[in-house]
Amino acid sequence: MTSFLDNLVLAFYLASFGIHVWFLYTDSRFIGRLGTLCLAGGVVAHYFALLSRARAMGGVPYQDFYGSLSLFAWLLAVTYLGIERFHRQRAVAPFVLPFVIGFVAISTFLAPEPAGIQHAKAHGPLFALHVTINILAYAAFALSFVVSLLYLAQNRWLRNRKLGSVIWRFPALEVLERMSRSSVIVGVAALSFGIALGFLWAHRLLGHYVTGDPKEIISLLVLLVYALYLRLSRQTAWRGARACRLCVACFFFVIFSYTVVNFYLSSYHRFF
Amino acid sequence: MARSHSNPANGVQPRASGDAAMHIILIGVNHRTAPIELRERVAFSVENARRAAQQLRASGVVGEVVVVSTCNRSELYGVFGRDAEGAAAALDDFITAFHGLPAGSLNGALYHHHDHDAVRHLFRVASGLDSMLLGEAEILGQVRQAYMVAFENGDTGPVLNRLFQGALEIGKRVRTETEIGTRPMSAAFAAVKLAEQIFGKLRNHKGLILGAGAMGEQLVEHLRDRGMTSIYVANRSRERGEELARRVSGEAFSWEDLPRALELPDIVVASVGGNDPVLTRSMLERAMGARGNRALFVIDLGVPRNVEPAVADLYNVFLYSMDDLTEIVEQNKHARAKEVPRAEALISEQLEKFKVWQASARSVALLAELREKLQHNREEFLRQHMDEMEHLAPEDRERVARLTAELLDNILEQPASRLRSEKELRRKLEEIEAVRHLFGLEENKP
Repeated sequence: MTSFLDNLVLAFYLASFGIHVWFLYTDSRFIGRLGTLCLAGGVVAHYFALLSRARAMGGVPYQDFYGSLSLFAWLLAVTYLGIERFHRQRAVAPFVLPFVIGFVAISTFLAPEPAGIQHAKAHGPLFALHVTINILAYAAFALSFVVSLLYLAQNRWLRNRKLGSVIWRFPALEVLERMSRSSVIVGVAALSFGIALGFLWAHRLLGHYVTGDPKEIISLLVLLVYALYLRLSRQTAWRGARACRLCVACFFFVIFSYTVVNFYLSSYHRFF
Repeated sequence: MARSHSNPANGVQPRASGDAAMHIILIGVNHRTAPIELRERVAFSVENARRAAQQLRASGVVGEVVVVSTCNRSELYGVFGRDAEGAAAALDDFITAFHGLPAGSLNGALYHHHDHDAVRHLFRVASGLDSMLLGEAEILGQVRQAYMVAFENGDTGPVLNRLFQGALEIGKRVRTETEIGTRPMSAAFAAVKLAEQIFGKLRNHKGLILGAGAMGEQLVEHLRDRGMTSIYVANRSRERGEELARRVSGEAFSWEDLPRALELPDIVVASVGGNDPVLTRSMLERAMGARGNRALFVIDLGVPRNVEPAVADLYNVFLYSMDDLTEIVEQNKHARAKEVPRAEALISEQLEKFKVWQASARSVALLAELREKLQHNREEFLRQHMDEMEHLAPEDRERVARLTAELLDNILEQPASRLRSEKELRRKLEEIEAVRHLFGLEENKP
């Protein structure tokens, strides 16, 4: 059963999406601000929804896939808000918010009632920080993925001189490229910190830093490919569309890590 | 009357004025009715607009007046009494005499609109639907300025305040709720918009203009307007190139230095005469390598083309020819035209709002007149009959007077209250002249 808070979160995100689409159409600063305000409202309400979920479970809210997905959606919204403020661009929101809304809807309507804490050792501030920071990294990579796709689509239209009606509302190619790189920088920094915290936590729990879990290997691989992207995206031969294609490709490692590795390969990292 | 000189858009409250001064008239010429030579002769500078409005109000032809004058139109909006034909003729004579034109020289060029037709016309003008370039943005600013001048000068009253505030509101609304003004409508502006779509703000970007033609210079001016500061010029004739560089505050390169010049800019505008391309694929391939593959926007304004088409295949190069830009403009024209019905629907909505306000203002004025007339009749009646009733004590006389006054209030209370609260009733009373005639109210008016 969904709570009032869950419905409020969805209502805020849906309203923000609608208003941002309207903004794309009208280019009105007032409407854009309204959309941002709704998104900020959704982020605040979502925070309290996660808190309430955590209390109901008696531990971190992401011990199941749905909780993890909800936290991912929240961090995606938070990261987007940060990037929007930093680059002063709102036109990307209509392409990011459907993901936020979709993940929130899945975690709201399909999640079973929160059971009590399932993993006795999965608690404590260090663990919570480790998971949150890693999911923040995934959210930042997801944002760079969406922005890169937008870049590639717009680049294609501009090069082929096939301009539709919406293109004039999109951010400039250079801005999209910078937004994508900013997101990846946030992601790489967060993932590095998150992995380091993970090793520390493993050492505290098991007495050694490396457990040999496939998630550790794939996380390091994700870090490596995104670091490579950051390096190449500044090089002359890779600047522009090539860097964005690489960014899109890198995200498949994240999807692999979040789905196949979590569900089938990892023993410690079931849902995050 | 004391008048606030604050921004009128911030809320001049409409008040009722007598119906005798509630009719709107518009006379004007525009690009459809008069050639540019004639439009130039009847244009009003700001000072002339002030003077004309002052003279018109002093003559008593109109009670309120706003003069809208742009390069494509000169229009006088006025509020007059009941003689529409007389007002139109007087305004025709005035505009002709004011500009020192021979009588009758504007015959056929002047158009007249009254009341709701005039309102709709202004709403269409403010929305850019009556412009030569459909949906152009400048006209809204020009209407605002014309209104501000008239307002500051004390030439507007409740009717024109309401009308122009409505026009500014609908002009803005049409631009935000439709796509009538979003797309570039000239090749030069399309090129600038494309540049912004690739680079964002042009402040820190550089441009290179090849050739010293007028079209290239015009485009560079547009780019400079959008913040581009570094401009290079390369021309076959060194002198003409340097001359153009001086005009656009740029730096001149000799034609032989073209390969080196190509390494610098983000935008290249080619506008060179001749049959052979001046920019080849190999030249730009070298330049792109030297400039680290940063995006390059090449605008080829030459006919025949100045840039080899194969340049478009180079990585991070965006090549647009004159045909491409023209096609964008054509697409945009069609797209804007498709938005016209939506804009017209918004205008009709705004017109309805204005009609309701006008009917309301007229109703209130009518009630005030009716009350005044009945009050006068009551006093007359009491004066005649009180003399015959000598037996009445002074306090009884006073009581009779009070009772008749209360009776009058009771009679008028219900219609006044219904007019205040029922929008539909106010709308139905639009043709209020009949009511005025019913009560014989026009007899006392000039």
